[in-house]
Amino acid sequence: MLPVDISSYVTLSAILFFIGIAGIVLRRNPLVMLMGVELMLNASNLALVAFSRAWGNNVGHIFAFLVITVAAAEAAIGLAIVVVVFNRSARVDVDDVAILKG
Amino acid sequence: MILFWLLAVALIASAVCVITASKPVYSVVALLANFAALAIMYMSLSAEFIAVTQILVYSGAILILFLFVIALLSSGIGAFSLGTDRLPKISTPALIAFVVALVSIAYGGAHAFAHVIPAPAANAAALVGDADAFGSVSDFGATLFTTQLLPFELTALILMVAVIGVVVLAGDHEALTPPDPRKLAKLRRLEREAILREGESR
Repeated sequence: MLPVDISSYVTLSAILFFIGIAGIVLRRNPLVMLMGVELMLNASNLALVAFSRAWGNNVGHIFAFLVITVAAAEAAIGLAIVVVVFNRSARVDVDDVAILKG
Repeated sequence: MILFWLLAVALIASAVCVITASKPVYSVVALLANFAALAIMYMSLSAEFIAVTQILVYSGAILILFLFVIALLSSGIGAFSLGTDRLPKISTPALIAFVVALVSIAYGGAHAFAHVIPAPAANAAALVGDADAFGSVSDFGATLFTTQLLPFELTALILMVAVIGVVVLAGDHEALTPPDPRKLAKLRRLEREAILREGESR
């Protein structure tokens, strides 16, 4: 069985998730905000893998694998958007990108 | 047991470093430590394939992509603006109170949650069959290609959408426009740049 109680894993996952949220809310650099998103996805993966181990069902592993795929796609598109915005406005600050507000 | 607490401290410390680092490069290095610690934690949960995938995809692909973009943006004209942060505005007592409240809520919530969900099967290892095989590549692949085939195929669609999206975003638009309405496209681009400049001056 698990070496540690399942609630410890869930607690650690929740703490990492909230640190990721704090990174998105507090920082205005889009690169650091994307890293906050990665932290949140990793936290969800940790919870999935821990539950998968506790219940002896490896579908959680499949789910974590798909989350990793989505994270890779999200990072690629997010960084492409950052590059395009930087090429046009020469500043990397999400507060400056308000042109779509109309 | 000791491994879990060591890894938990490493994970939280490196995650805090990611969001408080002054330069994006330092954030990437802290994120690398975070991913490595998480991979070790996956190994301790006997999720070997996920641990290897974590190292390959996150540390090998995503972090290198981050590093390339940071290098690309820093090599532009002038100093690389980091953007204004809201971090210094948060006072230290408020931050400590937030962390304490967060930990208590998370731990209490996890314990309340543990009572709601049914207890894990006592013969969890027996359900999997061979306990050593759980989380191995063959075990993972057998599930992925039999019962979970549709999500696997949808992953291909997601990756294709991502590739097309990146090419459309970062690709060469001049090569894509036909020769005749090129003047119109140039006019539109100039107009867009004027709008952008106006937005900057505001």
